[in-house]
Amino acid sequence: MSGISYGTYEPKTKIGKWMDERLPLGRMLYVQFVDFPTPRNLNYWWTFGGILSFCLVAQIVTGVVLAMHYQPSADMAFDSIERIRRDVNFGWLIRNLHAVGASMFFIAAYIHIFRGLYYGSYKAPREVLWIIGVLIFLVMMATAFMGYSLPWGQMSFWGVTVITNLFSSLDSIWKGLGTTIVEWLWGGYAVTGATLNRFFSLHYLLPFVLAALVALHLWALHVVGQNSPTGLDVKTPSDGVPFTPYATSKDAVGMFAFLLLFSWFAFFLPDYLGHADNYIEANPLVTPPHIVPEWYFLPFYAILRAIPSKLMGVIAMFAAIGVLLFVPWLDTSRVRSTKYRPIYRWFFWLFVFSAVALGWLGSKPPEGDYVFWARVFTFYYFAHFLIVMPLVGWLETPLKVPGSITEAVLGKEQGAKPAPAKT
Amino acid sequence: MAIDAEEPDRRDFLVLAASAFVAVGGAMTLWPFIQQMNPDAGAQALASIEVDLAPVKEGQAITVLWRGKPVFIRHRMPEEISAATAVPMKDLIDEFARNDALPEDALATDLNRTKQGHENWLIMVGICTHLGCVPKGQAQGDSKGDFGGWLCPCHGSHYDTAGRVRKGPAPRNLEVPVYDFVSDTKIKIG
Repeated sequence: MSGISYGTYEPKTKIGKWMDERLPLGRMLYVQFVDFPTPRNLNYWWTFGGILSFCLVAQIVTGVVLAMHYQPSADMAFDSIERIRRDVNFGWLIRNLHAVGASMFFIAAYIHIFRGLYYGSYKAPREVLWIIGVLIFLVMMATAFMGYSLPWGQMSFWGVTVITNLFSSLDSIWKGLGTTIVEWLWGGYAVTGATLNRFFSLHYLLPFVLAALVALHLWALHVVGQNSPTGLDVKTPSDGVPFTPYATSKDAVGMFAFLLLFSWFAFFLPDYLGHADNYIEANPLVTPPHIVPEWYFLPFYAILRAIPSKLMGVIAMFAAIGVLLFVPWLDTSRVRSTKYRPIYRWFFWLFVFSAVALGWLGSKPPEGDYVFWARVFTFYYFAHFLIVMPLVGWLETPLKVPGSITEAVLGKEQGAKPAPAKT
Repeated sequence: MAIDAEEPDRRDFLVLAASAFVAVGGAMTLWPFIQQMNPDAGAQALASIEVDLAPVKEGQAITVLWRGKPVFIRHRMPEEISAATAVPMKDLIDEFARNDALPEDALATDLNRTKQGHENWLIMVGICTHLGCVPKGQAQGDSKGDFGGWLCPCHGSHYDTAGRVRKGPAPRNLEVPVYDFVSDTKIKIG
């Protein structure tokens, strides 16, 4: 990025030197994760990137272990999960960590996304970084969806039925197209063991696709540098601090707090975020009276149900994520951080409220007032991106943005001088 | 004579032919990897089942499994039949019969949804045409929706006593599979 550096990499040992001339892995890690200039004003909302990396690794490790005991067949899947919980040594722990871990992964991802939206982390030159982030979010959702099918309970089965049937809406564009796709996904004329087996295979594959996307995300981040709460970049050495120990230790504090929450759920409320009906084995003849997806899909589920037409509902649901791809160009504001945007700030919190309200409405039955409010918030969800972002950015006069990160932290006078020595 | 670079030469032909070969070969290699996911011959085999209707009294309903899908069989009461017959076509969301035994453009009259002489029997695939849930309305205590037929619990589609969608997000009437009366009290589905 800006060529700022706080130290140099000098391999000390003979082996280190030998390696450095052949594959400078240590040098790369030093430059990117020790010496890398990090804005000095980062707050705790910035610790969620590291937390998310941890979540991915934790899901892969616990998932690989679970796959050693799980049977991906319609006859045995449900029982094998119960066996993992009751019989396998520490199976209860690893299974809980994996199931709760998925929810924790999404909590962290949503905070990370809202942080990016608040501080304008998608604005130039971070468009590609943001778009890779949206792709990560999409692959995460696909992975979580397939993972939820594996216990083969009633919610697993009917969740898969409803969501795969979304594609049958394409029948109204081209007759038979949707049905062909759905039967191809199922490998039959209904959701069966064949469907379960392929979902297991893909559920094992996708986390590694995620890992590759995360590597690209980090690469793009380290090319353009981190955004900061002021929306300013690191321009001079005094704007930043070396990544290690400053950012790593702050990340560790955030991670510790996050792990407390994680452990609380994993040890005391392992099933709180799931649904009781998923402890009934899948039955293709009986739909549970009230199908709900996992909590992290509820806002999108509410959008799907808010639209009375099947095809339009499906389009709106996918568009709710797709619209994020265009955010870098929809936001017309001259400043990045919402901290300096007195009008947009209100709309931002209205958007957060809408998203949470949609989540709550998604858990309610699709009738009466719930449908009305789901439509109101669905309207605002899209209006925020398509109307508010372009219009407010254009109309609003932002507050005065400090000249640099140093100035924002130390004030105008000290900004030019080094920080005063302690007495 | 000078060589004209604009003219396609032997090399151009070879590059083009090789590229085409790779493209066709690539597509041919890809195909098995796509096709392997489709239902195999075993799943495709048109399994047919016979169902004995004798124990199903008027007003009762049973659900049987056919090709992995639930099939609703309802022994309709006279008032249910007359209610379904009385509905004008313009009140329907989907005006086609969706009866696999009839042409695609057959209208969704009550007669077209059943078999002549057996109008008291309504036989349909019990899968909501919205997103594939199994509608409620078969069991005794179930809500039958606003039109006395079926109510899909997932997204609130209401079906009438002829299994036609009347309200909600479902785009089509419940599908009527191919079936025949083997005797007066026995049918063969498929």
